Amino acid sequence: MKIKSVFMMAIFSVTANKLRTFLTLLGIVIGVAAVISLMSIGRGTQQAITAQIESLGTDLLFVSPKSGGNLTLADADLIASDPRSNFRVAPQINAPGSITFRGEETSAIVNGVTGAYASVRNLEIDSGNFLSPSHVKNRNEVVVLGSEVAKDIFDERKPINEYVSINGRRFNVIGVLKEKGGGARFGSEDGQIFVPLTTAYYRLTSERTTQGEISISTINVQYVSNGELVDKPVEDPKEHISDILRFSHRTTEDDFSVTNLQDVIDTLNEATAALVVLLGSIAGISLFVGGIGIMNIMLVSVTERTREIGIRKALGAKKRDILGQFITEAVLISVSGGIIGASLGALISYSINRLRLFGPDFETVITADIAILALTVAGVIGLFFGIYPAARAAKLNPIDALRYE
Amino acid sequence: MISLQNVTKTYQIGPSLIKALDNVNLSIEVGEMVAVMGPSGSGKSTLMNIVGCLDVPTAGTYSLKDRKVEELSENELADIRGTNIGFIFQTYNLLPRLTALANVELPLLYDGSKNTKARALEALEKVGIEDRKNHKPSELSGGQQQRVGIARALVKNPSIILADEPTGNLDSKTGVEIMALLQQLNKNSKITVVVVTHEEEIANYNDRVITFRDGSIVSDKPVSDKTVISDQYLSDRIANNEN
Repeated sequence: MKIKSVFMMAIFSVTANKLRTFLTLLGIVIGVAAVISLMSIGRGTQQAITAQIESLGTDLLFVSPKSGGNLTLADADLIASDPRSNFRVAPQINAPGSITFRGEETSAIVNGVTGAYASVRNLEIDSGNFLSPSHVKNRNEVVVLGSEVAKDIFDERKPINEYVSINGRRFNVIGVLKEKGGGARFGSEDGQIFVPLTTAYYRLTSERTTQGEISISTINVQYVSNGELVDKPVEDPKEHISDILRFSHRTTEDDFSVTNLQDVIDTLNEATAALVVLLGSIAGISLFVGGIGIMNIMLVSVTERTREIGIRKALGAKKRDILGQFITEAVLISVSGGIIGASLGALISYSINRLRLFGPDFETVITADIAILALTVAGVIGLFFGIYPAARAAKLNPIDALRYE
Repeated sequence: MISLQNVTKTYQIGPSLIKALDNVNLSIEVGEMVAVMGPSGSGKSTLMNIVGCLDVPTAGTYSLKDRKVEELSENELADIRGTNIGFIFQTYNLLPRLTALANVELPLLYDGSKNTKARALEALEKVGIEDRKNHKPSELSGGQQQRVGIARALVKNPSIILADEPTGNLDSKTGVEIMALLQQLNKNSKITVVVVTHEEEIANYNDRVITFRDGSIVSDKPVSDKTVISDQYLSDRIANNEN
């Protein structure tokens, strides 16, 4: 039988009962649309996180204490003064905090940092200045605001030289950062504020080491190669920093960890890839249910058309003709459902971006591979769930089928 | 053409074994027009199924054009049905959603024929119903539906037409038309025709009448006073129908 006639016959058959075909189609449409929109959200999350991290620059390393261990300013200085490398170091302590301006309150992550932090973390100043070494030395109560924080509590007003209250203490606003994007919820600096490290330590928290030194949460280290300046350039900055600290801490077991940005990206990618797969699988379940719907309707159709099958066989149709006819119908339904569902999923994904449903910085990502995957799965589902009904039709005995009322 | 030797067909229905055909010997030559008669349950339908290659004998040999049918595969049987045999049914068995033309075209779709539409139209012309080609079965009278059924049986130029009670659902006037059409095909196109009927009158349009009872042939004799309808009568009737 010619492919064209098989195809025309299938179109004719599935359009004969429009409501039924539409409802069967709907199962696949919803499944495919769910797969595509959820996976586009998952991919969007993945991309947002990666972009955010990469905006820090990939030459960045983080040193943080393990539980039971401590990092001090001395450790930071030790790394900074290493003769074999050209590390730029920005120690950091974190304190939770709330910030108030004329009764307007917002919560923010309070970072105690030094002046080097801005250059190490690629921060740019929008107005005013970043913290200076003298601010740190004098424990000044001054603050630099992330763009989102500034917008939140000052609206259109100019924040510079205004006074805000942080955890009950008055701080002078000396600078506002440029918007960095990436969304505050993904850890962007837009939602953070920066005070001198010493001020944060003495005025806002009270954690100190057993020796009474300042306990550091993270040492940010930027590795700048200086291969031409020294005899033996540092090949593995991560290992080199570890060596410096091991020597200084004199511990048998590392009480600190050094992470580079690639590690962070890899870890998060693993987590978000799992998220994408999870979202896809949940949506895949509805696709599977849609497939069962196709099988169900095909079985009903085979029973209803028993006589038709008998007639076709009497007129010379072979098993494979009948098999092909019913499988084509099932695949036609599932693939049309797949195409409609893919369009619907793309529309949903587009609407999420257009209506900014997940915030201004979130973009869903639709890639061709998601669409191709969803369509292929839809086709395979039609084939898989169509085979059994079609085989039943093909197996019918023509005499019984002709006698069927 | 058709030769059955010691053909037996048994069915298992529940615990009991039913002998639908019991040691039947029969041969039908090319160009014959034969009526098969008998009460229901006499085995005439089983005979038609076997002759039509829809079923194979339990024992014995059925040769169609010197090919032993019981040795053929399912696909080869389908091929024989498609190319050699045209079925006509009491209830017409047209596909309700297809037009007359599409119904007639259907057998051609299964063997990759070319010019299927033109050939289907030609078959409709042969039975004088080409003006109804775009009508669905529900929009046609019983006689018209049966003529579409005959066109469908004809479209592949079969050597045998098997008609199972072709006039059973029709009034006697229309029945005569259908028998006239079959006679014409038998005479002009040399198609072998086998008609199952239980009406004596219909049987008389044939050359020979075979009577079955309880799975066996009880009589097999030529019709001495065959009713022959002239071609003129047929074309007049068809012309009248169209008005």
